[in-house]
Amino acid sequence: MRKGPTLFNVVSITLGFAFLYIPIILLVIYSFNAGRNVAIWAGWSTRWYVAMLQNQQLLDAAWVTLRVALLSASIATVLGTLAAIALVRHGRFAGRTLFSGMVYAPLVMPEVITGLSLLLLFVAINFDRGFWTVTIAHITFSMCFVAVVVQSRLVTFDRSLEEAAMDLGCPPFKTFFVVTLPIILPAVIAGWMLAFTLSLDDLVIASFTTGPGATTLPMRIYSSVRLGVTPEINAVSTVLIAVVTVGVVSASLITKRQEVERQRAERLAAAP
Amino acid sequence: MAETGSRSPVRAKGLVVLVPYLWLLAFFLAPFLIVLKISLSQTAIAMPPYVPVFDLAEGLSGLWESIRQLSFDNYVFLTTDDLYIRSYLSSLWIAGVSTALLLAIGYPIAYGMARAPRAWRPTLVMLVILPFWTSFLIRVYAWIGILSREGLLNSFLSWLGLIDSPLTILSTNTAVYIGIVYSYLPFMVLPLYAALERMDDTLLEAAADLGCPPLKAFWVVTFPLSLPGVIAGCLLVFIPAVGEFVIPDLLGGSDTLMIGKTLWAEFFANRDWPLASAVAVVLLLILVVPIVIFQNMQQRQQERER
Repeated sequence: MRKGPTLFNVVSITLGFAFLYIPIILLVIYSFNAGRNVAIWAGWSTRWYVAMLQNQQLLDAAWVTLRVALLSASIATVLGTLAAIALVRHGRFAGRTLFSGMVYAPLVMPEVITGLSLLLLFVAINFDRGFWTVTIAHITFSMCFVAVVVQSRLVTFDRSLEEAAMDLGCPPFKTFFVVTLPIILPAVIAGWMLAFTLSLDDLVIASFTTGPGATTLPMRIYSSVRLGVTPEINAVSTVLIAVVTVGVVSASLITKRQEVERQRAERLAAAP
Repeated sequence: MAETGSRSPVRAKGLVVLVPYLWLLAFFLAPFLIVLKISLSQTAIAMPPYVPVFDLAEGLSGLWESIRQLSFDNYVFLTTDDLYIRSYLSSLWIAGVSTALLLAIGYPIAYGMARAPRAWRPTLVMLVILPFWTSFLIRVYAWIGILSREGLLNSFLSWLGLIDSPLTILSTNTAVYIGIVYSYLPFMVLPLYAALERMDDTLLEAAADLGCPPLKAFWVVTFPLSLPGVIAGCLLVFIPAVGEFVIPDLLGGSDTLMIGKTLWAEFFANRDWPLASAVAVVLLLILVVPIVIFQNMQQRQQERER
């Protein structure tokens, strides 16, 4: 009887992870290439990082992207959490099917359709395109991802904790903030991070909904990539990869430690 | 058992539903209705480049007049120019082949992960998710440097002595397949892993005790039990792959036809907004079937887990 991994398992995992990581690692290594040609190694250099820092257009685009991502992720987290609560807690209400359809649909909707439809809306209501239209677009699709993440946590939530608080006279709003929110907080934070990266990452929807003065970093990268490979983009990519990796790894370590502490506290509380 | 919501003030309960509901109505449903509306209108050389279908200023008679002006010309045009039909078919084909490749590559990885020592599994899952967090555009871009004629893959292969002249991979459909498989791999591996990890090992032991050889046991026990993961993974990659724009544009050639690219060109290059809208509506109709299946499946699964 097979127990544990076989040679086949080890090989498939190794090859799979090699496939996932080799392109990213090569990109990072070649961002330090002194030469202009992407395939020929010409010694170590940080010149492309210097070039990146001197590229005002790139820095402006990064700043726009960061502001859009921070704002849209925060609003999307509030709306998405409300949507998750509505779906899990509010049983039946008028138009529930339509509502849940609208929550799930953007998850699978091709980006070109979402982008096109939002642009046509902004044109139809004569709304000036720019920072705000990109932000609204990002809130709309990322709130759905937040809703799904928070929902999965709410489904396994022990309702008796809330009921105990309310039986002891805690008003509903306060119950939400002192009991419910702290328990679902890891999912809310995960939702925020997902919304934040989705916003940082988005090219297609931003291209449709943007206007003058609101070019995002992916749009800037995309237009320079289309003109030909520039080593500067390798440097920008490496910085983004580093930021995301540090962020995701530290966040997962923090939530893991919180989880361990919470379980220990629950055990202590349960002990006679 | 009392609903928590029923004790809260009615207004607060209403707001919890109402705020996200209104947001989605305004920024998700309304835009679609507008797309539908514009797909039925005529092109005009103006800004916006179409004739508005409804003009509130004209009142009821104007409304009737505009309904009479609705035209299906754009949809008819989609069937007359075979560029669109070929784009749809080729998108479905590319997405289908990519999904099959993803299943073939993702299944052994997910299987290996589910068989890994318990202590390693969270790290392995984390390692699959991590590339997903890094920019999609950058991950596609990384392949340009690898696949181009002077790229790293060709240098590597000629260094090994396997090829004499560089292979042309970039700007072909092969590059598009590589790009889609690479970018979508986490979406395939994670649902498969979730299904395989939950599986009860004793079932395989029972099969072995009853004399079933391991390979057959895989086909009659493991694979059927992992089917929910297979279906979820396939839908998760197939649906967005059909509408993919970035990968065919950056890695594919000029003969790579995908509907996302066609829509983009119709909209930004030809500035034919009504036709682009019609392309989007038809694409949506094609995708509605798998989306509905997916939603029903998720709901059923949630009810089971509750």
